[in-house]
Amino acid sequence: MQALLHAIVEPGFFADGAVQTAAALGGVVAVVAGLIGVFTVIRSQAFAGHALSDIGSAGGSSAYLIGLAPLWGFVGISVLAAAAMERIGVQRARGRDVATGVVLGVGFALASLFLYLGMTYHNASGEIPTILFGSVFTLSASDLPLVMGLGAVALLVVLTLYRPLLLASVSPELAAARGVRVRLVGGAYLLALAITVALCDLTIGAILSTALLVGPAAAALRLTGRPHRAALLAAGISLACTWLGLLLAWDSFYWPPLRHGWPVSFFIVTLVLIAYLAAGALARGQTKRG
Amino acid sequence: MSDEPQSTLTHAVPERAEPQVAGETVLELAGVTVELGARRILDDVGFRLKAGELTGLIGSNGAGKTTLLRVILGLLEPTRGTVTVNGADVGRSVGYVPQKFMLDPDLPVRARDLVALGIDGQRLGVARPSRERRERVARMLGAVGAADFADARVGRLSGGEQQRVLIAHALISHPSLLLLDEPLANLDLHSARAVVELLARIAREQRIAVMISAHEMNALLPVMDRVVYLADGRAACGRAEDVVRADVLSRLYGHRVEVIRAAGRVLVVAGEGDDAEPTHPHHLDAEEH
Amino acid sequence: MVNAWIVASLAAVVGGAVGFFVVMRGASFVAHAIPNGSFAGAAGATLVGASTIAGLGIFSVGGALGIGLLGRRGRRDVATALTLVFMLGLGALFLSLSAESSEAAYSLLFGEVLGISANEIVPTLALAVASLIVLGLLWRPLLLDSVLPERSSGRRLLAVDLAFLLLVAMTTTMTVPVVGTTLIFTLMIAPAAAARALTARPGVALALSSAVALVTVWGAIALSYTTNWPVGFFVGALGACAYAASHAAARSGDGGPGRTAGRG
Ligand SMILES: Nc1ncnc2c1ncn2[C@@H]1O[C@H](COP(=O)(O)OP(=O)(O)OP(=O)(O)O)[C@@H](O)[C@H]1O
Ligand SMILES: [Mg+2]
Repeated sequence: MQALLHAIVEPGFFADGAVQTAAALGGVVAVVAGLIGVFTVIRSQAFAGHALSDIGSAGGSSAYLIGLAPLWGFVGISVLAAAAMERIGVQRARGRDVATGVVLGVGFALASLFLYLGMTYHNASGEIPTILFGSVFTLSASDLPLVMGLGAVALLVVLTLYRPLLLASVSPELAAARGVRVRLVGGAYLLALAITVALCDLTIGAILSTALLVGPAAAALRLTGRPHRAALLAAGISLACTWLGLLLAWDSFYWPPLRHGWPVSFFIVTLVLIAYLAAGALARGQTKRG
Repeated sequence: MSDEPQSTLTHAVPERAEPQVAGETVLELAGVTVELGARRILDDVGFRLKAGELTGLIGSNGAGKTTLLRVILGLLEPTRGTVTVNGADVGRSVGYVPQKFMLDPDLPVRARDLVALGIDGQRLGVARPSRERRERVARMLGAVGAADFADARVGRLSGGEQQRVLIAHALISHPSLLLLDEPLANLDLHSARAVVELLARIAREQRIAVMISAHEMNALLPVMDRVVYLADGRAACGRAEDVVRADVLSRLYGHRVEVIRAAGRVLVVAGEGDDAEPTHPHHLDAEEH
Repeated sequence: MVNAWIVASLAAVVGGAVGFFVVMRGASFVAHAIPNGSFAGAAGATLVGASTIAGLGIFSVGGALGIGLLGRRGRRDVATALTLVFMLGLGALFLSLSAESSEAAYSLLFGEVLGISANEIVPTLALAVASLIVLGLLWRPLLLDSVLPERSSGRRLLAVDLAFLLLVAMTTTMTVPVVGTTLIFTLMIAPAAAARALTARPGVALALSSAVALVTVWGAIALSYTTNWPVGFFVGALGACAYAASHAAARSGDGGPGRTAGRG
């Protein structure tokens, strides 16, 4: 038994302090991303979520240029970008895609400028992989309260707006006829999304931020037709993928090339994709039998 | 008659003695004019709806039916005129079933959940589940004949099934006014009759003013207490037999039309009179069979 | 400088033309995901010592197929997001296994227009001509399916969709080494969105889109040459300006951009 456990979990996994921090931080943001992501997917805002994460990491890694802590760079830029998207028309199904694209294009333009300035004046070329991939687990345990606080804010916004947001996601017309301020609700949701995405960027990186926002929620939507269940299921899938990915990354130190771990993001992304495909197969099996 | 100023058109049909079922006024429109861009979509429209009555809002494509309903709902500000719901200027006790509803097939929302959102979908926070609430939703689903597909995702139901769920969604909050935009367009003849009868029964039993828009009035004729007939942005209203008459409609359209009654059905066709203008034939096509 | 001018102009014309359909089909996310994800191909190519172009080509085509096939059952934006993050995950793996330098990553992300050599002109020209021919051949089916997707049968819809995605992949392969993943994305979105706001006629919109892209690129290269700031910045900024200006013009011109754009 002991031997089997050791074959799956290489020694030291549960005892390592860095792993504990990563598991705690990653766990918190995985749950938040899963819950918030259900609305992202049903509102067809996956692109907006991804764009916010790209823009946020560009902003975060250039925040030091003006002497700001990365966290506030990430959050500030994401929120600004969300406001710009709302303004241009991310609420309308038709223009949403272009509005997101234009804001993302401007974000990239600014990122390229800041990076150039950074490389020229601060010799900060090390920031580039951060822009592309985000910083995977560079936060320390002392950041946990802040991460949990911001996550709680995002969840609180969505929980407060739960019913009008759900109704507006089903049909903006029906919601408006009931007196729901559809645009206000959508804007508030976009704000919660921006905070979530910034949080994810900072703790688990830009790739995982999109993966955990979209993948688990989309998988959950394939499996259940009930709103509460979909949210809980998404959070569960997200958490499972994150922890399993961490475990595999730890194990990969013992894989070739030896003593050189594989990136966590690779494992988590692969697991998310597998979960999505498996959910699709499961749902198809159910309808065939049912 | 044709030398009367047009602005009196909406009130031209004398109100008869009220039918004994009619109650208090639920909705009153006066002088509602809507201009979008350079176009005048609605021109000085005024009428009243009373509790317990079923009213047909009749007009061909583009006549302004949806626009009028959006004005009543407060989704569109009229350029001029007033809308008074329930005596108050703003009243939220209005149920609405839109004309176009494209529900996403993947939405994790069952028919049951959508009807529950009809109770308090605009409130903040998550609803506290209770047995009473569940039973209320189940009763409502049963009342519109949607119990069989209560647990299916709304986006995957057929157009007619979605229609029933949306009617339940609109009715469950006990509105005093229920507006339905082209509810019969997606339905076969049999379902259309069933829905119309259901709505007429709801109007009578729950004392709700129901307004149904349609481009074709025959399906509504057996149950319609009152009709608001839209053409060229203007409206004629009153009881069906008073409005659907050659003289009234000719004045509304601005050229001669004939009203032919045969086998319990009504046909509105372009007339052959000396002032018959072929400029608006499309307004009349919708009424032909 | 002349080389940069020629190659960037080719990229602009093709990007603007393909971008017309990107905007028509609401495929901005795809236009972002394929170039961005193909970055992993370049990283993989350096790892195994193959040519960057081959790596970019394989990954952009792979990404296009992934999006098309995953999106067949389920939501398009979800399929795009998952394909993108999977490719980026592979990229992270390749990068961690090799030791890719940050400067190389920067030039892939934001391009190095000014460092283009003469021997890149011929392959770029060949790919540009091929892309435009494919676009010409698919003009009617692409237009029809973009406006009325319900009209076609499932099989044909998938074929046209895959052809479109491969077109984006081809454009990516041709332009990413030159102008970078971010620049090509901007060239595909902003000019086409601007053109769509100004005219309701598809042929005119396509030509206008290419023209706006061309002007954007020329202006960006000139500005970059004088200020020494990155080209990507100016492309993004000028593209956004073109978008904002065209929408302002459309709004003041007739009953609002909604009506014009809706018919576009
Ligand atoms: N936002 C808008 N801007 C300008 N014109 C509009 C707008 N919305 C509607 N219209 C015009 O107003 C007129 C009335 O539209 P409306 O949707 O009310 O017609 P309808 O009677 O509901 O027609 P249908 O039977 O086809 O549903 C149409 O000619 C339409 O083109
Ligand atoms: Mg209508």
